[in-house]
Amino acid sequence: MSIRDRLSGNEAIATAMRQINPDVFAMFPITPSTEIPQYFAQYVADGRVDTEFVCVESEHSSMSACVGAEAAGARAITATSSAGLAFMSEMLFVAASARLPIVLAVACRALTGPININHDYSDSMAVRDSGFIQIYAENNQEAYDNYLQAHRIGETADVRLPVMICEDGFITSHALENIELETDQDVKDFVGEYTPENYLLKAENPLAVGPYGVSGYYMEARVAQAEAMKNAKRAILDVAADFEKKFGRKYGFFEEYKMEDAELVMILMGSSAGTGKAAVDELREQGIKAGLIKVRVFRPFPGEELAEALKNAKAVAVMDKSEGFSACGGPLFADTAGACINMENRPKMIDIVYGLGGRDFTMDQAKRVYARLAKIVETGEVGPVYTHMGQRDKRKEVQ
Amino acid sequence: MSYNLKEQMSKPERFAPGHRLCAGCGAGIVCRAMMRAVDPEDKAVICNATSCLEVSSFQYPYTAWEDSYIHTAFENAAATASGVESAMKAMKRRGKLKGNFKVIAIGGDGGTYDIGFQSLSGALERGHDFTYFCYDNEAYMNTGTQRSSATPMFASATTTPAGIESVGKKQTQKDITTIAVAHGVPYVAQTTLLGTFKDFHQKARKAIYTEGPAFVNVLSPCPRGWQYPAELLPEICKMAVETCFWPMYEVENGEYLLTYMPKKKRPIEDFMRLQGRFAHCFKPGNEWTIEAAQKFVDDRWEALLKKCR
Repeated sequence: MSIRDRLSGNEAIATAMRQINPDVFAMFPITPSTEIPQYFAQYVADGRVDTEFVCVESEHSSMSACVGAEAAGARAITATSSAGLAFMSEMLFVAASARLPIVLAVACRALTGPININHDYSDSMAVRDSGFIQIYAENNQEAYDNYLQAHRIGETADVRLPVMICEDGFITSHALENIELETDQDVKDFVGEYTPENYLLKAENPLAVGPYGVSGYYMEARVAQAEAMKNAKRAILDVAADFEKKFGRKYGFFEEYKMEDAELVMILMGSSAGTGKAAVDELREQGIKAGLIKVRVFRPFPGEELAEALKNAKAVAVMDKSEGFSACGGPLFADTAGACINMENRPKMIDIVYGLGGRDFTMDQAKRVYARLAKIVETGEVGPVYTHMGQRDKRKEVQ
Repeated sequence: MSYNLKEQMSKPERFAPGHRLCAGCGAGIVCRAMMRAVDPEDKAVICNATSCLEVSSFQYPYTAWEDSYIHTAFENAAATASGVESAMKAMKRRGKLKGNFKVIAIGGDGGTYDIGFQSLSGALERGHDFTYFCYDNEAYMNTGTQRSSATPMFASATTTPAGIESVGKKQTQKDITTIAVAHGVPYVAQTTLLGTFKDFHQKARKAIYTEGPAFVNVLSPCPRGWQYPAELLPEICKMAVETCFWPMYEVENGEYLLTYMPKKKRPIEDFMRLQGRFAHCFKPGNEWTIEAAQKFVDDRWEALLKKCR
């Protein structure tokens, strides 16, 4: 039986953490994720969890401590944002290569500089090659639900990878929304106990973690890790199916909105989807065949599935909420375009970088994106492939 | 506590032969002695910073460690140990832990004095129940003898080479042992590889079996970086102590205790002359460097004696 409540994204994630009651939480504060460990500290203070809550001296150490704890046999978690994620990035690679299913909540925030505390994906996108599974939420409900699924996905025997549960800084992390919470017991039953096969504190069988891998062995380790990430695709769907059966809410790699006959398609991530869907509704009323895809799982990237979903599309705008400085488009565009490369009838595709450092994404902008796609279909001319939207000087925007 | 070398050496090795450390390197000796200080019935988790020791003792698919071992990065052995220790507490509380485990972190001077300094300081301050061993070979040896904050004044390192315009490193050593003491932790000690290893063993054992954080700084010569023939290792350690370059002491709950007083303090050049890294100090015109090195050692020794009352 679900419980109606009204929570911010941070409190929703902290609630999921409380219900799971992990062994170790190593924390270091950074805006806008700080509330997550603050809520959790209160759960510890009130005896609602018996987690070992460690206040370390940096994000590098919070992820290092999580690596030590998870390798030791514990369920270990942390939360961070922006510079904190960048500072711990070395250890993200170590966590993934050591095949430790740590769960990291990220309230996504712009990277410096200029220093900025608001939302975009420059932090999480900068570590997309770390080997973490990355799952993104549109709203508080999804942040909560994704977190409930994270441990089981990461701990799946042929996956054993760390998981990043991403919410949009402030937009999702701080805004209050109505949410359906599950009971503590239902959550515990769904997530289950962590029972690793081998761990440092296994008295009957010592374990060595983190070897020097020379050229004769390194590649095998990396290929095994790549295979695990492929296996994660199946695990994500399996856990989502189980989640739907138990709690009734459905999840996949991405959400398709009015895509059955869509010709003009916008692909984006996170909270912008709400604005995008509202624009689609308006355009549909005008008879325009607009559709939207909201990417939930970015690592592993659901390339084949996306290509399949785009098979009837004529023009596609990929919306990147981070600037990758590749001079030819953002990371979501690069992966989406790559996924479509062998399609029979490939749609025209553009990349629009938007919403950096908390710049608002408006209905008007969303409609301008579809107008550009309509023009591309009409003229057959793609025009500039990689552009920015929402700058102060409107003359700079490509129409 | 009585100490018997024969008894100690008849214990099963917990740092096995076959590792790839150089002949004449102190690190392997430190590890063997360190593991002898863990009671046979107890288990250990070793958290090792990236170092010569790490690449030489755990090269896939071989490990020299009989106990559980984790290496994660260069600058975070203490943070990793914090995680292991926290897991241990949580798992014990939840009845998921069998046996008695000791958490031991070990890093070189680079991983301890420099890049791992913050992580070490944080873990000492938080009061985790673990022991941090620094095998101090006074430079970044794994990358080829670059200077560290542990490199002594006038040592020629590859980033502070001696030359026409240079007499080696300009700065003195950071006193990490005293910095560890300043954290208010229950046990801190300084030792090296001497004779029957009685001093090392007693300090290591006390450190490992003291509840809360403990720090042991071990002078651990490196034949490549210090430039000496392998067989000279014991002599160099002995001279480090007899010249008071490396005082042997411990600090228990803030109380300093000198654990070895040289009968007759030897001049610092007796330590320096054995090592190629100081060869330029003995060239005509550079006599002043030996005088300056002597003064530094004397001042530090006097200050320590005052603390030991």
